[in-house]
Amino acid sequence: MNSFYPWLILLAPFASATVITLFTLRWKSLSGAISIGAVLISFCCSCVIFSQSATSAPEFVWLDLKPIFRVPFGLTLDQLSRTMAVLVSGVGALIHIYSLGYMRDDEGKSRYFAALSLFMFAMLGIVFANNFVMLFIFWELVGFTSYVLIGHWFFRDAAADAANKAFITTRIGDFGFMTGILMIWMTTGSVVFAEIAPRMPTFGGHGTFVAIVALLVFCGAVGKSAQFPLHIWLPDAMEGPTPVSALIHAATMVAAGVYMLVRVAFIIQASQTALLVVAWIGTITAVMAALIATQQDDIKRILAYSTLSQLGYMVMAVGLASNDAAMFHLFTHAFFKALLFLAAGSVIVMLHHEQNIWKMGGLRRRLPITFATFGAGALALIGCPPFSGFFSKDAIIAVAYERNPPIFVVALFTAFLTAFYVIRMLVTVFFGNPRSDSAREGRESPPVMTMPLIVLAILATLGGFAFFARKFLTLPTEKTPNAFGVVPVLAIIALILGVGLAIALYRGRATEAVEVELLRRKFYFDEFYGWLIYWTQELLARVAAFIDRWVIDAGAVGGSSRGTWGIGALLRLIQVGNLQAYAFLFGLGVVALIYFAVMR
Amino acid sequence: MITLGDYLVVSAILFTIGFAGVMLRRNLIVILMSLELMLNAANLSLVAFSRFRVGANGLPDYNAQVFVFFVITVAAAEVAVGLALLVALYRARQTTDVDDITSLKF
Repeated sequence: MNSFYPWLILLAPFASATVITLFTLRWKSLSGAISIGAVLISFCCSCVIFSQSATSAPEFVWLDLKPIFRVPFGLTLDQLSRTMAVLVSGVGALIHIYSLGYMRDDEGKSRYFAALSLFMFAMLGIVFANNFVMLFIFWELVGFTSYVLIGHWFFRDAAADAANKAFITTRIGDFGFMTGILMIWMTTGSVVFAEIAPRMPTFGGHGTFVAIVALLVFCGAVGKSAQFPLHIWLPDAMEGPTPVSALIHAATMVAAGVYMLVRVAFIIQASQTALLVVAWIGTITAVMAALIATQQDDIKRILAYSTLSQLGYMVMAVGLASNDAAMFHLFTHAFFKALLFLAAGSVIVMLHHEQNIWKMGGLRRRLPITFATFGAGALALIGCPPFSGFFSKDAIIAVAYERNPPIFVVALFTAFLTAFYVIRMLVTVFFGNPRSDSAREGRESPPVMTMPLIVLAILATLGGFAFFARKFLTLPTEKTPNAFGVVPVLAIIALILGVGLAIALYRGRATEAVEVELLRRKFYFDEFYGWLIYWTQELLARVAAFIDRWVIDAGAVGGSSRGTWGIGALLRLIQVGNLQAYAFLFGLGVVALIYFAVMR
Repeated sequence: MITLGDYLVVSAILFTIGFAGVMLRRNLIVILMSLELMLNAANLSLVAFSRFRVGANGLPDYNAQVFVFFVITVAAAEVAVGLALLVALYRARQTTDVDDITSLKF
């Protein structure tokens, strides 16, 4: 019985997805109930195995090509995966319940819940995978379900395009990831994590090779966790329903990249170059996304860029070789970002799908619970003590202070920007006067939506404290207490500056105060990529057209036909139709024969 | 004395005249006659060789003369067939001029 629980965690959502897809598509409420039941089963089993540290799950071998390639299908049950499972299934359960309220009137409710269950199955598969191939399979499955869920309202062009963009962009990262996996398999002979780790030190002399492998594996995280330069899909993914944005694009799927990096940290930490690249890419993502977020008008887009920025922080922590700080921030971020998205969803749906912050305003009186929970999430996000975000973000900044001063400066600047745009959003949406009819008429959401908000708000508030968090992770601050002096003070100063500037600029305003076109247009990344893809295709198409028209048509086909014709024209001249000419040639032939036979 | 060489020269001249006739004359009947002339030139050289070679045991070598009989027979058969072809051709084309037979021209 002991070894059955871990498999149940995986199989319950899978069974739910199968049952809904095959049988209950017509009965929408039943589909919702099945899906919620399955995720609650997963959550309970996760809690059970979390509390018993001595569980093991039987592994069965899926593919065995002795002795070259062996792929088991097993579950790794260390502390990291067990706590991650509790997080994923817990936040997932809350979001499933919230979805009941949010998607109440939607036509595609059944297929939504089926996709959501499939996503839970895939995400838990990533959490529990014990080898690269299994991880990659679930990785791709997560990307697929993300595609399905972003494009839930597929009849909308923007949603369908966004789903394509997400899938294709992450696919590019996955290509690098697969190459990295193949290189690892080629050199170590195994894809199982536990077997690769002890073989890593044997590559001591091949620094460049290890760096390349580590960076290729990192490519997977660049795609899935939307780091620069593959960050373009995440803001567009906001076309999906808000609970999807909360679950997939805030709390779990994008965190899968960071989780994977922590899981295979022994590969990345084998190369200093790779660590440096990872840290800087995380930093660049963090600051770039924060800059863009200061100029966005759609509430979900602001939160999306905020997610990008926080993911940048997590990747930065991984690059600074501090997995604990990264995982701690991943946890607290899951809570407060899911909370923020769900609260934003509550605002959106109660304002009849209005998403522009300049059309909201004064909502703290009309939607009090949403306001209080959103405020808690916002304070956690900007790192205000005593909320959880303060501890986790502080841990990362402290590590940066110790190990890489330039990154520390940038991280601090990003913290300032984070405070700025979050308070800008808070002030514009909830304070001031209502700026449109839908804002004037908004009412509070039903309890099925506000209960998850309250639960998440409690977690976001308390999640950072040692007594709570120590159960989950080794806290970074407890390991290096000597960094506890100057860094929190600097962080709080940055916070206060950001908050103050935002309140001063945006208090009581009905329109945007500052317009920076470069940031508004997201550094023109989409336009640049569009131009790049257009010209690459154009070039390839022209080369292909040239080859087709001149080499194949004119050269090979035309050449062989005309060549044959030409030789034929030459040979035709022999056939004169004159009998006596033929006789003459006969005679010539005989003379030649005699010459060769007798004289030579 | 008339030697073997003289006979061979005569045979060669006859052969050449016959070959020239095949190449240069336009009337099919004359071409057939020239063809006969070439065959007879070959016969002549065969007989000449037979006349001037004496075998190992003192007797002349008659192999060539026997060969001449074969050649004559073949020539006769060939002329029969050739004349039949010619008659058929004349009936079809109303001409014996070889320059008019150009179906195989491109």
